[in-house]
This record gives sequence, C-alpha cells and structure tokens, in this order.
Amino acid sequence: MSLFGHPELIRLLLGVLALLVGCSLVGFVLRARALSPEARATAVNFVARTYAWWIMAGLFALALLAGRLGPIILFALVSFLALREFLTLTPTTASDHCAMACTFFLVAPAQYALLAIHWYGLYSIMIPVYAFLLLPAVNVLQGDTARFLERTAAVQWALMASVYAISYAPALLDLTIPGYETPPVTLLVWFLIVVQGSDFLQYVFGKLVGRRKIAPLLSPSKTWEGFAAGIGAASLAGTALWWATPFGPWRAALMALIITLMGFLGGLTMSAIKRDRGVKDFGTLVSGHGGVLDRIDSLCFSAPVFFHLTRYFYSTT
Amino acid sequence: MKTPVAEPLDVRVGVWLLVWLARLLTGVQVRWMAPLSNVRQRIYLANHTSHLDALVVWGALPQALRRMTRPVAARDYWDADPVRRYLAQRVFRAVLIDRSREHRQSDPLRDMLDALDEGLSLILFPEGTRGPGEAIAPFRPGLYRLARARADMELLPVHLANLSRILPKGSIVPTPLLSRVTFGAPIRLEPGESPDSFLERARRAVEALADA
Repeated sequence: MSLFGHPELIRLLLGVLALLVGCSLVGFVLRARALSPEARATAVNFVARTYAWWIMAGLFALALLAGRLGPIILFALVSFLALREFLTLTPTTASDHCAMACTFFLVAPAQYALLAIHWYGLYSIMIPVYAFLLLPAVNVLQGDTARFLERTAAVQWALMASVYAISYAPALLDLTIPGYETPPVTLLVWFLIVVQGSDFLQYVFGKLVGRRKIAPLLSPSKTWEGFAAGIGAASLAGTALWWATPFGPWRAALMALIITLMGFLGGLTMSAIKRDRGVKDFGTLVSGHGGVLDRIDSLCFSAPVFFHLTRYFYSTT
Repeated sequence: MKTPVAEPLDVRVGVWLLVWLARLLTGVQVRWMAPLSNVRQRIYLANHTSHLDALVVWGALPQALRRMTRPVAARDYWDADPVRRYLAQRVFRAVLIDRSREHRQSDPLRDMLDALDEGLSLILFPEGTRGPGEAIAPFRPGLYRLARARADMELLPVHLANLSRILPKGSIVPTPLLSRVTFGAPIRLEPGESPDSFLERARRAVEALADA
C-alpha cells in the first residue's frame, strides 16, 4: 500500500516496535531480579504498562491499515471512553441526563463526522460555540436551578477535554503542508511518539532519580528530576526524529518542547480533577495505567496547541 | 433439580445480544467481595434504580449460574406490550408477580416459592420499585415471608452503582456512563429474628457494598 511506501513512516513504526520489544525485555529482567516487595510492585506495574503499550500501538497500527478513516474512528472511540470516564466522576444529577445524552449521541459523533468530511470551519468551533450554548439550553429546560452553573460547566468541560481536545490529534491528517511529501499520518505518529514518550520517560526518570516532588498534593509520582529529565529526553527524541516532520531540527525541538510541556500541564490538571473527586484513577480499562483518560491526559492539552501552531505556521488549509 | 434443555436459537441470540448491549452501555465492572459458596441455588437481593438492573446482575453471573437464575419482575410493567412480554417471558424467563393487592390473580410469594422449588435462583429487588439511586428504600415485608418459608436459602446481597444515572426512572435514552455491580457475602434469616430487624439488616448488607 502507498502509505507504507514512505521510508519515514516505516522507520518511525519500526522504531516504535523496537522500543516495545526493548521494554518487554526490560520488564522481563526487572521481574526476574526484583527482590524487595516494592521492586516487585514496580516491576509488575512496568510489565502491565508495557502490555498496555503493545495493545495501544497495535490498535493504532490497525487504524493505519484501515486508511484515512482509521485514525478518526480510533480517536472517536478514545473520546467516547474518555467522556464516559469523565462524566462518571462528575457529580451530575437526574436533570443533567438529557444534556449528557446529547454529548454522547449528538455532539461527540458530530465532531468526528465533521473531521471525516474535512469541515475545519465547523469542527474547530462546534463544541466551544454551539455545544457551549446548546447544553445550558437543554439543561435549563429541565427547570432545575440547583448548582446550575456548576453542573453545566462540568459537562462542558468534560466535552472540551475528552472530545474537542482529543479530536485535534486525528485533525493533524487534515493539514496540507507544502513540501511535506510524506503522508500526513507521519506527523501524527511523530506527535504521539513525543507526547507518549514524554509521559513514559517522566515516569521512568521519576522512578530512577526522582526525589523532590513537584506537587505532592496533586500527584505523588511527579518529581522535578523526572520532569526535567523526561521533558528533556522526549524533546531530544522529537528533535532526533525531525526528518519525519515538516519542521527543521531546531523547530522540531521547539515543537517537541511545547508538546511535552503542554502534556505535563495536562497531566497535572487531570490529577487535580481526580483529587477533587477523591479518586486515584479515572477508570480501570488500561492495565497499569488506570483509565483511558489517565493515559491521554497529556494528549488533551498538547494536541490542540500542536495542531494550531502547525496550521498557523505551515499549513495552507 | 431440572435438567438443562438446549435453548432455542432466538433465545440464545437474544440473551447474548442483550447481555453484551447492557455491558457496552453500562461498562459494568463486576466485583465479588466473598467467594461463592458451593450451594448453587440462592436469592440475589439487589437495590433497584433502573430497568437495566436485572439484566446487569444476570449478565454478571457465571454462565452456569445464569441459566438457573430468574429475575423477579412486575407483571404490570413486563406484561404491558408484546416486546416486553417476549423479553420477560421468553428471553429472561422472569418470574412475573402481581404487585397490586387489589387486582391480584396469583400470590407473589407462591410464585416465587414455586420457582425456588424447581431449583431456580431468583434475582429480587426487595425495595419493590425503582428508586432515585441515592438511598436504598426500606425492604418490603414479602422478603421476610420468603426467607421464613425457605429459612435455609442463601441470600446474597448485590449492590448496583450508577445505573440510576445511566437509565434513570422516566428516561428512554440511556447515557453510557460506567457502572459497578458488587456481590457481597451471603446472609440468612436468623432464628427468632423479627421482620423489621431482618429487613433492615438485609438492606444494610446491600448498602454496605456501595463503599466496599
């Protein structure tokens, strides 16, 4: 297939495959050498995470094979799972039922349908403008004024984070960049490697050299050492892979740095929401990671910014 | 005990479809707080907040137990139109009971005892009706009479969380949030226990599973 006739994409995917194999080997060694109960727990968690990475990478590879609609459908599914995790934790009442049904069956499918038909003018504003006005209107018709603003705002926020922000990842395929001859999905793969790699490296460096906690109240696992080393290493990786992007090495470095910093803020923000609701994870679907939303919290914050920066500086559409 | 008969195709397909639809719609997480006893026959006592409740409890059971378990449901609702009648009578093979005292044609206690005598397990919602999902309503005295008539029967508390938000009373369109079903440790009617204290104890056993 033409998609795989491009050496850049093939090289990226083979690199991911090599990393996964490497992680599996490391997990195997860690588990064999773990003596203390803590080391054992860390090893088990690492193996579970690696297992989840395999599944995620496999699903993404399947989506690539399915053609242009593949990634759109995959991220639509991710949005659905994230939205349901988010709203499950949101203290809504029976009066919000109708508005919530609208987000699931009307707004979220519409967002991805608009992506599929390339209607940038509408998918970039539908949720912040039209859904923003529709949801309170639906809610107000229920006649329940108790905590009205709070409830409506929470449902809108759920929609922004889980659907609107996430949909910017497959929206990268919509960009037309002169001189960028590889299929646009290569840029999406590069972005996912940087953003997920940053999460992974922050976790690894946090475990290895992490000492001083950044925000002990928000997240017990985030340390200054893990942050600096993880962000630095992921940005370097993004720079090293500049040939897969329309950017030169320096701009790729800057983009990777912005992506990883936004991702870090996304992780912290989602942690704050979890602490506010008194839970550790959003769900249980992804082994070793918690819920889907726990895995993509960094994507939420980085995808829209990366899309708009790339579109503003590089795209003709 | 009844020997299992091969089920007709429409029933098997219907069961499979409905169980998976309910699982997808409710993203249900199943938890067992105590190991299941070797006795296979029991009465499951669950809180009731949505029309999905019976299907979710039923679908959470291991297949072998599911086949011998019947939900107890209100005849006035499940006998109201052909679709509901088909689902209740043919697919779930529910034990339909008459709720209203005035128009009663058969005795609910008798109907349930008959099912138990056939070796079947029951899924019972002792609140008698769907609640708003916040607090569990007092259990109906029928549960006490049932437990007294079959004092050796194991009663298994089951807690359903979040289903009231997925399909609340009065809604037709569900919101596919995540739900959780928790099976607790069995209880029994103690000798000499008064109806009120037994019913309250059973209610609390279900309630306690909410934060377990």
